[in-house]
Amino acid sequence: MEPFTTLSAVAAPIDIVNCDTDRIIPARFLRKPRASGYDRWLFHDMRFDASGNERPEFVLNQPAYRGARILVAAPNYGCGSSREQAVYVMYDYGIRSVIAPSFGDIHYGNALQNGFLPIVLSEEQCGRLREQLHAAPGASISIDLAAQTVTGPDGARYRFDIDPAAKERLLKGLDDVGLVLQHIERIEGFEERYLAEQPWVAV
Amino acid sequence: MARTLFEKIWDRHVVTHGSGGDALLYVDRHYLHEGSFHAFNALAGAGRGVRKPAQCFAFDDHYVPTAGRERGSAGVADEEARGLIENIARNTARHGIRHFHIDDPRQGIIHVAAPELGLTLPGFVINCGDSHTSTHGAVGALAFGIGASQVKQVLATQCIWQKKPRTMRISIDGALGAGVSAKDVILAIIARIGIGGAQGHVIEYAGSTIRALGMEARMTICNMSIEAGARAGMIAPDDTTYAFLAGRHFAPSAAAWEAALGYWRSLPSDSDARFDREVGLDAAALEPMVTWGTNPEEGAAVTAVVPDPASVADPLRRERMQSSLAYMGLTPGMAIDAIAVDRVFIGSCTNGRLDDLRAAAAVAKGRTAVVPAMVSPGSRGVKLAAEAEGLDRVFRDAGFEWRDAGCSMCVGINGDQVGSGERCASTSNRNFEGRQGKGARTHLMGPAMAAAAAVTGRITDVRRL
Ligand code: SF4
Repeated sequence: MEPFTTLSAVAAPIDIVNCDTDRIIPARFLRKPRASGYDRWLFHDMRFDASGNERPEFVLNQPAYRGARILVAAPNYGCGSSREQAVYVMYDYGIRSVIAPSFGDIHYGNALQNGFLPIVLSEEQCGRLREQLHAAPGASISIDLAAQTVTGPDGARYRFDIDPAAKERLLKGLDDVGLVLQHIERIEGFEERYLAEQPWVAV
Repeated sequence: MARTLFEKIWDRHVVTHGSGGDALLYVDRHYLHEGSFHAFNALAGAGRGVRKPAQCFAFDDHYVPTAGRERGSAGVADEEARGLIENIARNTARHGIRHFHIDDPRQGIIHVAAPELGLTLPGFVINCGDSHTSTHGAVGALAFGIGASQVKQVLATQCIWQKKPRTMRISIDGALGAGVSAKDVILAIIARIGIGGAQGHVIEYAGSTIRALGMEARMTICNMSIEAGARAGMIAPDDTTYAFLAGRHFAPSAAAWEAALGYWRSLPSDSDARFDREVGLDAAALEPMVTWGTNPEEGAAVTAVVPDPASVADPLRRERMQSSLAYMGLTPGMAIDAIAVDRVFIGSCTNGRLDDLRAAAAVAKGRTAVVPAMVSPGSRGVKLAAEAEGLDRVFRDAGFEWRDAGCSMCVGINGDQVGSGERCASTSNRNFEGRQGKGARTHLMGPAMAAAAAVTGRITDVRRL
């Protein structure tokens, strides 16, 4: 996993409340191999019309936002399915962080597994950031994970919370499997007792 | 100290804690499907194996066609879908994982077939790379969906890192009116608390209404916990649960049954256990529910009218509602039961069980579908049981298509799709834009209501039929 430390980049506003994972990537693309690159499927049906042409009104199709690496979204971003492809599409497009007032729980967890930083700020703070991004298309936001801060286009700084373990993993780019297997002796001890007490687990 | 059902299961499965305070949980059951290929690829890429293959079970569900199944995977016309079906067969064979493949008589949607086989048991921690894993909580298990990276993690270790969620109890008391089903209960809950309403929480459904429900209805309710944003949904095990489990293929055999039962009886929340949030609902006030918008909270009683965005103060939410109504082609103020539908889908992990098919068949019997209507049983077990009592004939005689088992038109990736601009009365769980096909318009409802829509061609209050 690629570590996440700091990021200063163009940010794009996504104004959709409850932006579900079916919008982020429609189900018909879930079957594609990862190696094929997922950037094309990001927000596919909002981004492209029926004949595959870009819809000029969609935010990421506007020249100033094209290089966006950060999204600022509305409440309950990424609700719905567990598809991790909803992170792959953003990652392969070049996006590394979404700032939103709240996230679908599974999507939030999936993001952290991919060197991708989901940031929770208040509804009011996210609203202000989106307004600024609309007012000055192409404006940048800076993120510092170690300091847990977001700096808006106007220089205002916001602090965000993140689980310390998740932060550590992101900063170092650590893989979860390795972190579990550090505890393999404990797991084996637990398992031996547990399966002896509940023999119906192993069938 | 008094503990909830959730806390008892959680505590029992903590192997250790991480430096940040999150828990490493032991996983009893790990369910897999064709969509798990990303995880298997990542596992292979990391050069890792499957630590406990005997606790993993795979089902073909998302990509299997529901017609022409005699030829097994060779009969899957869609090459990419066939590739995924063959891929899970190869991966499970390589790692020694049991697999209920496309032509196995026990095949079905995981969330229907696994409980039916007795794989899902009280007190278990259950994971699957699918958000509707919450379904399995209906037997008194802690079951939650995970993404591909965590599927890889569970395959490699049989454990999962988790931050402890908060708890929420939703109590429903009283008797449900005639024609009001479990689907209506959960749609009413979601309309009330919102699709982000249970974020970060595990819901325990409690109260006299829940206690009176059978296992299948309980599964319908737990299934849609994720539609309220919950991490999981669960219901305390009781005699209904034990009667459902007894004798199922993978349930504890006679020798272990008493010991298992003893443990299961210790699981229900202590009477003085505290929840972080409490919500109460009066069952008698509930009516058949129908969604009018493009997420599951955008629903109302069938007797209501399509709401007016002008009544919403917050501009973002007002815009969202306007765009939902535009997508759905509806105008504020129109009666919900005046909405004409183009097709009907009865099935999915929410409403593809035997009781659901019985409820739909009771409405279809002696009537005729006036729009295309498809019934896809949630599993081949359900299909066989339904055929044994003649439900297939009832549906066929009424002009409904009787299909094989799979996710089918719930998500449309097996080819069973709703056309662009078409309006579908569906017993599935998500009405997101494009969910049943690009441009598809979905109205979620219960199985009897969907059958009523099929025979009238519009959304109809089944109580007045
Ligand atoms: S029936 Fe629908 S919701 Fe259920 S597992 Fe299949 S695709 Fe998911």
